[in-house]
Amino acid sequence: MEIFKYDKPIPFMRYAKRFGLLSIVLVLLSLGLIFTKGFNYGLDFAGGTLVQVHYDKKAPIDEIRKAIAKDKNYENASVTYFGNDNEIIIRTKNSSKSLGKDMGDTIRELIKDTGNFEIRRVDMVGAKVGSELREKGIMSLVLAILGILIYVSFRFEWRFAVASVLALVHDVTIAMGAVVLFGIEVNLDTLAALLTILGYSLNDTIIVFDRIREGIQISKKSDLAEIIDESVTQTLSRTTLTSLTTFFVVLTLFVFGGEIIRGFSFTLLVGVVVGTYSSIFVASPILMWLGFSVKEYRLKQAEKLKREKEKEKMRAQYESGTL
Amino acid sequence: MKTLNFRLILFIFALIFGVVFSIPSLTQSQSGKKITLGLDLQGGLHMLLGIKTDVAIESRIKSMAASIKYLFDDEDIIFDNLRIEDGKRITFELLDSDDVPKAKALLKKELEGIKIEQNGLKFTVEMTPQEVARTKKNAISQAVDTIRTRLDAFGLAEPTVAKQGEDKILVEVPGIKTQEDEQRIRELIARAAHLQLMAVDEDRNSRVETMSPQEARSYGDVILEDVNHPRKYLLHGIQILDGSMLTDAKVGFDQNNQPVINFTLNGQGAKIFGDFTGKNVGKRMAVVLDNKVYSAPVINERIGGGRVQISGNFKLDEAHDLAIALRSGALLAPVYVMEKRSVGPSLGADNIKASLMALILGFVLVVIFMVLYYGMAGLIADIALVGNLFLILAIMSLFGATLTLPGMAGIVLTVGMAVDANVIINERIRELLHEGKSVAKAIEEGYDKAFTAILDANVTTLIAAVVLWAYGTGPLKGFALTMGIGILASMLTAIVGTHGIYQWLLPKIDRKRLGFWFGIKTEGKK
Repeated sequence: MEIFKYDKPIPFMRYAKRFGLLSIVLVLLSLGLIFTKGFNYGLDFAGGTLVQVHYDKKAPIDEIRKAIAKDKNYENASVTYFGNDNEIIIRTKNSSKSLGKDMGDTIRELIKDTGNFEIRRVDMVGAKVGSELREKGIMSLVLAILGILIYVSFRFEWRFAVASVLALVHDVTIAMGAVVLFGIEVNLDTLAALLTILGYSLNDTIIVFDRIREGIQISKKSDLAEIIDESVTQTLSRTTLTSLTTFFVVLTLFVFGGEIIRGFSFTLLVGVVVGTYSSIFVASPILMWLGFSVKEYRLKQAEKLKREKEKEKMRAQYESGTL
Repeated sequence: MKTLNFRLILFIFALIFGVVFSIPSLTQSQSGKKITLGLDLQGGLHMLLGIKTDVAIESRIKSMAASIKYLFDDEDIIFDNLRIEDGKRITFELLDSDDVPKAKALLKKELEGIKIEQNGLKFTVEMTPQEVARTKKNAISQAVDTIRTRLDAFGLAEPTVAKQGEDKILVEVPGIKTQEDEQRIRELIARAAHLQLMAVDEDRNSRVETMSPQEARSYGDVILEDVNHPRKYLLHGIQILDGSMLTDAKVGFDQNNQPVINFTLNGQGAKIFGDFTGKNVGKRMAVVLDNKVYSAPVINERIGGGRVQISGNFKLDEAHDLAIALRSGALLAPVYVMEKRSVGPSLGADNIKASLMALILGFVLVVIFMVLYYGMAGLIADIALVGNLFLILAIMSLFGATLTLPGMAGIVLTVGMAVDANVIINERIRELLHEGKSVAKAIEEGYDKAFTAILDANVTTLIAAVVLWAYGTGPLKGFALTMGIGILASMLTAIVGTHGIYQWLLPKIDRKRLGFWFGIKTEGKK
């Protein structure tokens, strides 16, 4: 089977400005959402208590609400169905430091008359740990981006590095925007998803950049836009196929992976789509706009080659001289 | 057919290694190194505990004060107004100035890490800053040991208790069946088990019901409540002795067949206890546990041998847990919960089911897709993918790594990403074939050209995985681990392994049947 067969390069760069504009709008919208609506921090980052209760039949949610409202600690607790009608989650911003009788034990006593149930999960994060986790989370995102920036500038030219990191920031921002838009709870696993998007989207971008680097060295053309069009077209099938396979597995994770990792798989789904888009339409144009010059690059490479050859020659002379 | 090449041999070895070492994990056999399931998959309790080290200082001061009292009594040094101020200073007055050198020498000899200040006959004893720091540090490591001993004594399978950071304790207990059991375990951990034997202030005890705590303090006394009855006792603030002198505690039964706890004191404790009971016949002595009075019997005669009983209307379970707590020693400083995650066994089973389902389905989808799209080349990539999965399991088994729910997600994701290398290679080979290159050349060049792209891409993903591993906590570490191992393993299986298979099959690959081998229809441009 062969879906992608192009004799001529697709003129992606002709539309670069339009896509650039679309990306800017999307990023601005995401930033707007992040700063106005803000993240819906889950337990891990905000602290609090979460109790998951499984009933042997449909959970009597109103009764449960009434039952737990008797305790002052749960006045502002939210009770929601989780995944299905038999399962509920009770959330509150409070947490208790006591080991002996914790919030799960209190809940068990409060709802003991609401039916046959089993408490399946009690998570409690104190405020101090929450803020520590948040700091560590931001730190890890920054460090990952920094590490990637260093590696890519080492392997490519600096403009490649800047372009790929800008594309990354673009992807992560839009993914975060989607998380805010859909009110997905931000927990540690959402953070893991964001870091995976970093790695994944960069993966895509690097494959394209690798082709561009190769194209600059071997192509007869010397217009960067044309070389980019050629390279993106050549890697288009790979980009799409890999995105598809990854999309498949993330989708199965989203549908079958269970309610607990839904935040994780949703963030990844968005990330895969945005990451694919950005490696085709965003990363390469940035390279162009950063003023990368094919001629200069070739000149530099030629000089480097010349210097190396001279060195070799001198060494050969030196060696034969001493011999 | 060409003879085996080194790439293929390497791949076969990797495959055998992968299968052999993942067998113990897959079959869950008793022997052999295997993967442990994380608490989110098998159910269990995860807690991060904080510790109030200030309390350890206070109780250290209290036991110092008790020592001073005992030492001075023993040496016939006459003193008065022995008090504890602010929970960190001991003050007393000597009545006879001739005793001063003797008292000072005695304190220096018997008590470590103290600073003595003297103002006439008034003395202030404090802990040195180094001693305070040492005591705090000691309290944490003692808490770790004590909690571990208690959990072991409770008979739980492989609990983890470890110090985390400077002043936190990580406790992980797998395999808890019900929430009631969990609560019992938490109570066992939290139990201070601070046992004290204290003398009742018989001169003033009759007024205890109306006495204010301030007034009690002015006599150097404390008011404590009875554990079973609404009754109070006025006790001398300086204890006779505490649980640190206890050697054993066992559950027994009294004449009414009620569970009680019998404990035995060590030599020094037995001597102090014997001396005290001998001097105080007719008075009452209270058995105090965690600041509650369990009993306050009248001393009928001198009690030697150091055997004491605690009774307090215990349930059998309760007495059992309490004996464990007493045997393991008191927690010098109380612990509190900073973070707690507990997953019931049925939810753990659901999590395994859901993530396995996602893994199998994702895997099948990818495998079918690759064969449909690339023909034999896709099948070869699929073989590598299977090899990759086994390698991940084998490496994790060898390190005894923990597989968590996010870790499962990491494996699922690796399935998607590992075939990426083969997609890149296959696309390159197709391109080269379209250009009219020979099969052998297309394969060699395809691998050559695809390599740098794959390497760069994998290294960057690896950077993200390493950062996540270093900064992540608990389950997230599991995600970073499986993803990292998966990427490294894919370099071996997807690049070296498939290359080896192609080299081995090369003589069979017919340029006229490219549709079968690589899923393309081309005769080449030439």
